[in-house]
Amino acid sequence: MDATALIRSLMEGAPGAHVEEAPSVDGQPTVFVEPADLLAVLKIVRDAPALRFSCLADLTAADFWPREPRFEVVYHFLSIELGQRLRVKVRLAGADAHVASAASIWPAAQWLEREVWDLFGVAFDDHPDPRRLLMPEDWEGHPLRKDYPVQIRMTPRTSEPMQVTEAEFRANLQRDRLSRR
Amino acid sequence: MTATAMPELRTETMTVNMGPQHPSTHGVLRLVLELDGETIRSASATIGYLHTGIEKTAEQKKWQQVIPLVERMDYLSAQSNSLAFSLSVERLMGVDVPERVRWIRVLLAELQRINSHLVWLGTHGMELGAVSVMLYCFRERELLLNINEMIAGFRMFPSYMRIGGLREDLPRGFHQAVREFLDRFPGKLDEYEDLLTRNEIYMQRTRGVGVISKDEAVALGLIGPIARASGVSYDVRRVFPYLGYDALDFEVPTETAGDVYSRYVVRVAEMRESVKICRQALERISPTGPYAVDDPRITPPPKHKVYTEMEALIQHFLLYSQGITVPAGEAYVPVEGPRGEQGFYVISDGTNRPWRVKARSPSLLACQALERMIVGGMIADVIAVIGSIDVVMGDVDR
Repeated sequence: MDATALIRSLMEGAPGAHVEEAPSVDGQPTVFVEPADLLAVLKIVRDAPALRFSCLADLTAADFWPREPRFEVVYHFLSIELGQRLRVKVRLAGADAHVASAASIWPAAQWLEREVWDLFGVAFDDHPDPRRLLMPEDWEGHPLRKDYPVQIRMTPRTSEPMQVTEAEFRANLQRDRLSRR
Repeated sequence: MTATAMPELRTETMTVNMGPQHPSTHGVLRLVLELDGETIRSASATIGYLHTGIEKTAEQKKWQQVIPLVERMDYLSAQSNSLAFSLSVERLMGVDVPERVRWIRVLLAELQRINSHLVWLGTHGMELGAVSVMLYCFRERELLLNINEMIAGFRMFPSYMRIGGLREDLPRGFHQAVREFLDRFPGKLDEYEDLLTRNEIYMQRTRGVGVISKDEAVALGLIGPIARASGVSYDVRRVFPYLGYDALDFEVPTETAGDVYSRYVVRVAEMRESVKICRQALERISPTGPYAVDDPRITPPPKHKVYTEMEALIQHFLLYSQGITVPAGEAYVPVEGPRGEQGFYVISDGTNRPWRVKARSPSLLACQALERMIVGGMIADVIAVIGSIDVVMGDVDR
């Protein structure tokens, strides 16, 4: 099955959804999907008998700042039965970027979406565990955004050593012993 | 005393922190395990300790400068990384490398697979108590590192594969060194198998442990040796051939049990197939010929021309100051790395620096699936399962 036939069967499977064929340099069938229609299209991508993309190979995003719509979330699908690949892209506006989570369809999406949230600040609605993945939990900002500075100069922070008197030290030791018993 | 006379025993689960500085987590993986006796009730993995922002750094570099960066992601299969990155960029530029370069790349990629699997087999065996396997595996790996040193002067990260071909021609004595390794290796592989394949202790520790079903493996994106051990016959080299793999004769070993033992069987069989591929590729590499594509946009001119011709001097200057310019677009060309499908999704905006470089890292997805494999099992099996999924934390965190 060639790229145009694949995209046609995808469009037939989702009649109401806005699916638009995108140019592709590397020969992989590529489509743009409207964010509102994404979840419906993804279900068809996995379940339609002519597609059967049972594997989400990769999920990532790209930031095209200062262009608007700024973000593109990119899904790479693989159909092992048919030996086919498909790329689905969603354009998202910069302010309040969010899109439906695919974690309920492909469990592989769970960490990949956490990574996109972490590095790009694109939120995934109804994600089962919406935390950062790679950066520390108290990190500010989303590093892979294009307006995030490459080098940040920060004053080095040191933690003050804890100051206790000898009497306090002994009291702590005693309390600790009591609680252990 | 009857059982009813026994007072009700109060039990509670215990939370144990494993890692990030645990030698058996293959780097800095942290697991928080909730234990009921020795049974694991729940597990959650924390990653990111090795995050160095390679993808962000790659956006600041010129295209050719990204090669050393990506080699340091999955540090046990450096040349698979650089191969995948070069293939994606070459697809964007519409460049086809000469046939000789393709066979050299196939040979190096397969040697890299053997190299990576040897480290896996050694550490995995050692964690389950078979220390001699580790010593034997590292003995043969040394020979592969010597070959790397021969071609590039660098043992772990040769940066030998470049966009458009190779950095330089093969050194004298390369064919001989590889041939000697290929003659020696199958016998040594039998030696490892003598130590493990029918070893009662090893089989007890690995059979039926960390099972993952065929459908689950695909849904979790574990395409690679892990899925093949669960019965998914998918190999990028077979389904989406690159570099002329479709002209080579090799098998895709699969197993059906999906446990730690079948992953071991699959990987050992893969090493035997790699030896077969290496022999075929070595035969096809002609002693002399091009080592990079003949394209002035990509390959620097030979030094004697730089010294004598004005055009070559300008070209040399442009390539080393401005770098390669890649036409706008996006490409994803996966290869079969030692850990599964490995690829780079690159976006170019038509300049001399990448707009976005995203690595598809098989280790990240394997790490995600770890929880499914260990919950309900025993705590001692966690080590066996982590070893069997063969994660490289540099590839997980990037």
